[in-house]
Amino acid sequence: MTLRDAEPALLPPDSNRRVKWWNSKSFDVAQFVALSGLLVWLVWRGAQTMDYRWQWHRLPQYFYEVIDGEFLWGPLMYGLMVTIEIAAWGMLLAMIIGLVTAVLRLSGSFAGRVVSTVYLEVIRNTPLLVQVSIFYFVLQPILGINNPIWTGILCLAFFEGTFASEIIRAGINSVPRGQWEAGTSIGLNRTKTYIYVILPQAIPLMLPPMTGIMVNLIKHSAILSFIAVFELTTEARNLIGDTFMSFEVWFVVGPMYLVLTISLSTLVAWMERRIRRRR
Amino acid sequence: MIDSADQETVIVMTGVNKWFDDFHVLKDIDFNVRRGERVVVCGPSGSGKSTLIRCINRLEDHQQGSIVFNGVELGAETKQTASLRAEVGMVFQQFNLFPHLTILENCTLGPMKVRGASRAEANQLAMEYLEKVHIPEQGEKFPSQLSGGQQQRAAIARSLCMRPEVMLFDEPTSSLDPEMIKEVLDVMIELAETGMTMICVTHEMGFARTVADKMIFMDEGRIIEEGPPEEFFANTKNERTKLFLGQILSH
Ligand SMILES: Nc1ncnc2c1ncn2[C@@H]1O[C@H](COP(=O)(O)OP(=O)(O)O)[C@@H](O)[C@H]1O
Ligand SMILES: [Mg+2]
Repeated sequence: MTLRDAEPALLPPDSNRRVKWWNSKSFDVAQFVALSGLLVWLVWRGAQTMDYRWQWHRLPQYFYEVIDGEFLWGPLMYGLMVTIEIAAWGMLLAMIIGLVTAVLRLSGSFAGRVVSTVYLEVIRNTPLLVQVSIFYFVLQPILGINNPIWTGILCLAFFEGTFASEIIRAGINSVPRGQWEAGTSIGLNRTKTYIYVILPQAIPLMLPPMTGIMVNLIKHSAILSFIAVFELTTEARNLIGDTFMSFEVWFVVGPMYLVLTISLSTLVAWMERRIRRRR
Repeated sequence: MIDSADQETVIVMTGVNKWFDDFHVLKDIDFNVRRGERVVVCGPSGSGKSTLIRCINRLEDHQQGSIVFNGVELGAETKQTASLRAEVGMVFQQFNLFPHLTILENCTLGPMKVRGASRAEANQLAMEYLEKVHIPEQGEKFPSQLSGGQQQRAAIARSLCMRPEVMLFDEPTSSLDPEMIKEVLDVMIELAETGMTMICVTHEMGFARTVADKMIFMDEGRIIEEGPPEEFFANTKNERTKLFLGQILSH
């Protein structure tokens, strides 16, 4: 191939030229369908050779049941709700922890800076599973928490709080210095300047990365099945123990997490657009 | 701490020195401002003009000497510092309006959150001052929707809403397009006519001639000349002042 033959490929696609069939939209879709088909076929064949008995029809009862005309949620829905609960409380606490440590780090206080730095370094440089164990086996009895769900929420909040702290600090730092000066020059003290001037400008910048934290909280909550918190993954594992439907259950639980995280990202993207429109 | 200076003196700076690390920005500053006096500060870039006025509203602190404002000595940051700042208005070169608030909200924030005014009171006050700076119709807009001159006038109104005793201006027209400079200077002249005590860092010598009671010339952190504008412009003896005036007046 000569250099002249290669040249057109380096140019941006020319709208006048016909799109090559392998670049067309329909080929794209066909590719996707073929790949998914291949994946399903691989799983199905694997299950066949394992002699796996598919029992999809038994699954719906673990979402909900109607017994004697009474509607009852099944274990998978309870698990999902506990996961949402953990993520929601975890997010709230992580934001508070993140805000406090970010403000401490930005403050002139020596003690504040030391406390926040030690917290950030310790949490960031140890495995989450070890942190969960310490919270469960050491801190839970010491603090007298009698519900492991709160131990789990606290642990995840401290873990994600480090990321929240970083995001909040970056957001606060991105507000120009002149805004601080203008706020203080009309007599606002430090706290009021934060509340009325700095945070309202920093929060829209923080929203997109904060979604990442919420998504992580939903995903990492699965680790709490280790300490007997009855969230989605624990319920799934128990269900498999009872029914041996491991393929069906995991194929359903995975997408449940996906639906949760993707709808969350969509919601935040929408909120962000609304906030920006106010400018 | 009560200063013995007479009631008519608002600001007394005595032997003020300030360093940024080991850089000596302000050197032995002695400087008084009487109530209602209009002071114009000029001097080459980097001579410490901004630092001087920022020391007065505590955006910067000094290391030596004393600054007395209304009989109260300004020192390390305390609870009173915020309320002291409320008595001193500041207008910045870059306007520094709050971009997330409307012009009206920019003006009402201080009165409501610092002075505890109700929204209705604050709105009324804000409208009064927006009229004084000739932009009453811009209240509902956001800063980014205004021209530079309008933004700077809004910033002046925001400061005035705190009903300060002294107004500080740090090169308020330096980042404006030439056609907008006059509208801001006119507002400042009108403000001077109301008897407001003003300290203006500016190189607008026409403005200085019109309103200044006292000219200050700074160089390398020192006040090297101080006097009424007639003397300052007509027969300064100082070579540096002459050189500087020659440069800016030839523009
Ligand atoms: N925050 C600061 N840290 C270190 N040096 C500074 C700071 N602010 C100003 N300076 C220095 O102090 C000198 C005087 O600055 P400034 O008061 O802004 O001068 P002017 O307003 O007359 O141009 C300049 O050399 C400037 O670089
Ligand atoms: Mg300056």
